Amino acid sequence: MADEPNLEYFWPPREENVLIGKDIQRIDGIAKATGRAKYSSDINTPGTLFAKLLTSNQAAAKIKMLNIEPAKKVPGVRAVYVFPSAYDIATGESKEIRWDGAPIVAVAADRPEIAADGVRAIEIEYEPLPFFVDEEDLAGAEKAQEETGIERVKSLGDNTEGDVESALSEAAVVHKGYYGIHTISHCCLEPHGSHCEWDGNDKLEVHLSTQNVSGTPGQFAGPLGLEQTAVHVQGHYEGGGFGSKFAADEWDLACAEMAKTTGKPVRLMLDRATELKIAGTRPSGFIDVTIAADAEGNIIAWDSHHWGTSGMAGGTVTLGKIPYVFDFANRNRKATGLVCNTGPNRAWRAPPHPQLCALTMTAMDDLAAKLEMDSYDLFMKNLPNVSKGIDDRIDVYAEQMKIAAEMIDWKAKWHPHGKGGGEGAVKRGLGMALHTWGGGAGPCTCLLKVHPDGSVETFLGSQDLGTGTRTVIAIVMAETFGLTLDDVKVNLGSSRYPKSGASGGSITVGGVSSTHRMAAQKALRQIFNLVAAKYDVKADTLAAKGGQILSDGKPVCSWKQAAGLVGPMPLEVQGETTREGLTSATVGGVQMVEVSVNTETGVIRINDFVCVQDCGLIIDELTARSQVLGGMIMGISYALTEERIMDSHTGRYLNADLENYKLPRIGDIGNLRVKMYQPASEYNRGVVGLGEPPVISPGAAISNAVANATGVRVPVLPLTPQRVLDALQKGGAA
Amino acid sequence: MKDRQHAGGNTTVSRRAFLQGSGAAMAATAIATGANEAVAEAEKPSRLRSAGPQKVVLTVNGKQHTLMLEPRVTLLEALRNDLNLTGAKEVGNVSNDGADTVIIDGKPVFASTRLAIEVEGKNITTVEGLSEGKNVDEVITAFVKHDATQCGYCTPGFVVAVRAFLNKNPGANLEQIRKGLGGNICRCGTYAGVTDAAVELCKQGGA
Ligand code: FES
Repeated sequence: MADEPNLEYFWPPREENVLIGKDIQRIDGIAKATGRAKYSSDINTPGTLFAKLLTSNQAAAKIKMLNIEPAKKVPGVRAVYVFPSAYDIATGESKEIRWDGAPIVAVAADRPEIAADGVRAIEIEYEPLPFFVDEEDLAGAEKAQEETGIERVKSLGDNTEGDVESALSEAAVVHKGYYGIHTISHCCLEPHGSHCEWDGNDKLEVHLSTQNVSGTPGQFAGPLGLEQTAVHVQGHYEGGGFGSKFAADEWDLACAEMAKTTGKPVRLMLDRATELKIAGTRPSGFIDVTIAADAEGNIIAWDSHHWGTSGMAGGTVTLGKIPYVFDFANRNRKATGLVCNTGPNRAWRAPPHPQLCALTMTAMDDLAAKLEMDSYDLFMKNLPNVSKGIDDRIDVYAEQMKIAAEMIDWKAKWHPHGKGGGEGAVKRGLGMALHTWGGGAGPCTCLLKVHPDGSVETFLGSQDLGTGTRTVIAIVMAETFGLTLDDVKVNLGSSRYPKSGASGGSITVGGVSSTHRMAAQKALRQIFNLVAAKYDVKADTLAAKGGQILSDGKPVCSWKQAAGLVGPMPLEVQGETTREGLTSATVGGVQMVEVSVNTETGVIRINDFVCVQDCGLIIDELTARSQVLGGMIMGISYALTEERIMDSHTGRYLNADLENYKLPRIGDIGNLRVKMYQPASEYNRGVVGLGEPPVISPGAAISNAVANATGVRVPVLPLTPQRVLDALQKGGAA
Repeated sequence: MKDRQHAGGNTTVSRRAFLQGSGAAMAATAIATGANEAVAEAEKPSRLRSAGPQKVVLTVNGKQHTLMLEPRVTLLEALRNDLNLTGAKEVGNVSNDGADTVIIDGKPVFASTRLAIEVEGKNITTVEGLSEGKNVDEVITAFVKHDATQCGYCTPGFVVAVRAFLNKNPGANLEQIRKGLGGNICRCGTYAGVTDAAVELCKQGGA
């Protein structure tokens, strides 16, 4: 225990761990698999009304006429709420509708089908306005701006390092390419929404599907004119968030307002189409890039202009991070945002790294092909060009690449692009990509109680999105006190508990694990002092293991006896995020994938897909692996099938349903293998966090594998059969 | 232009007339396929139901429940909103995601694709029926063991789908599992865990 005597809080030596770092089943797994876990969308307090929305079917419009009276007359309709963002019902003044799916009216009724009747009864007339939704079409946006005078193109800046022009003139090989990645929606399976119930006129109980339990009460209180103390937000289970559920949304306020006017609880969850249209998207990116290397494959120049959209805000993929993971001595970059009438973006898992990776590593892979180099060798050779700030991870990348290559048998299976041979229409190929993420430890506090009977519990206003937050906390407490998982209780998901930051950006596990290690070590030291006094042993000889207190390895008393020494009331300690000694930041990973491409149908199959990933000290290897697998599968989704399709003629989101918004199924993912990279150096740097990184590389890795299989680059993700066939036709291959 | 944005308002054709219409269409099909059956069918008491709220008796997890529902209420809505059996989830408006999978007379069915009145008299098993008291279905424990759940929203539907699949295909191989469980979507990406759980159960003969 005295390895790091200068630190107040520290992790146990790795070899002593009973729980930390092992495969531990998640403690809420049974609740979820039995259906007993209650999500916000499951809350049915007596008398609950059900709400449905009328949303815009126009991409840009003003409302000429809105008549909600027929809805009010539908028997069973209890409240009709007009969204102030759309229309001022008092003055009849319309706001500007700016995208398909914008909420206009909410109707609450005794039953969902009656609410739907109410929505149908509403009369509305629109005055259409000009719109633009073609996010890949930079020239079209410029033209639309010129013709309408409406801003469609925003310069997002440019910057330069070195001298690109002379580097290009000296280069042995120059490659020019075009790449892109389309907008996707978060598509949480539990839609955004809430269940709101008032206690009198001045207290509001909210069950919110949120990644931000502690941070959302004020977002209700302010607009509703309440004191923050009057709002209690709960979120015990969340059906997905991925970065889209940090705020109380306008439809949640509508829910609270309708609950107030009716005096009844109201549940308002978005329907699937609206969820896809307005509850969060990931910005698109399209890039023209020139990349050049010397004869040995050292990349010496990068020159790029990329564009795309985040909706009406007119953003795209962040300028300052391209090229991704790497940076080159001579580099120009420029970004342009397109202002599109599409639902707004929200942080999407690892923002905006998946796009950065897809726009960078594809170009590098094509450069390798032009150099007649194995892509692996090009990536390895250019590790010295890893960006400043993460260049201390170069050796880790090299190690990870070696491990991944061995797992997938890269050197034996790789062939020059399009030269794999084989008789039939099905071609196989290998691709890879690297990624980085910050992670770290987010803000967290907790109240930990050791009860006189030896039971232990903690309270914190965090949330478990399915990442295993509850389980990680339980493991840390149980490990520290030498108890089992059954002996400790985790209470989270209420804004009345000590505040904890929002869960996003891979900072939750660092926050909650360091907070609980701190609190548990504090409590244990107090208990050791009590034991030392009572049993006449030295406190610094004591350890808690297997439900007992040991002195130099010999039993002194049971944990229960020790806990009893705290007196008639529980021992309470507070914990908070502790970075020094317990957590760290910045991770890297490598993914390699083998695909089969049917050159007659354009269908791509994933054969074998490996990920080598570091994340510092791993608390629960089982749930850590699940995070990585989940990231890889989400990556397969946006690499192969998933995209938002906007209709340029109507401005509408064409595929806002789960039949046409294509997510992979269980048979579409191939064999996935995960290797958590965890030498002693990783354990020793403490906990980092893992939610984002594994979702970053799949787009580029899969695109590169397809290029390797066919000899043709399919430039834009997702690699749908149509895009594959178009590229093959253009490329003249196969 | 005056725009009733969504089709099918309740002003022109009453629901009663609509149901009668579809009833007539069914009879016409019957005549085309076999006049005798059609006559026999016509002599039975009418199966037409009023469009208003009416008594519907559902047999769920072995228990009978009497509800007052309009005929248009789906089984999923009745389970979730009237019986508070919220294990089955509503994910899509047109069900193709499997989060609402239940077992009806032994077959896996998306609960949002059946009207509650359609399944009167049938045996309906929901995920809640797979864990009563201490009796937890092996599928559930296998899901937990293989971490086949993350956010968990798709999980109850997946559990029921796996149970129904195993009942029919107790010794299925990997390929059969991958085909047979294609009805369920998971956004978090738990497919690897679900596959491992199903493979293990099939090795044990479907437990
Ligand atoms: S576990 Fe989240 S959708 Fe499957």
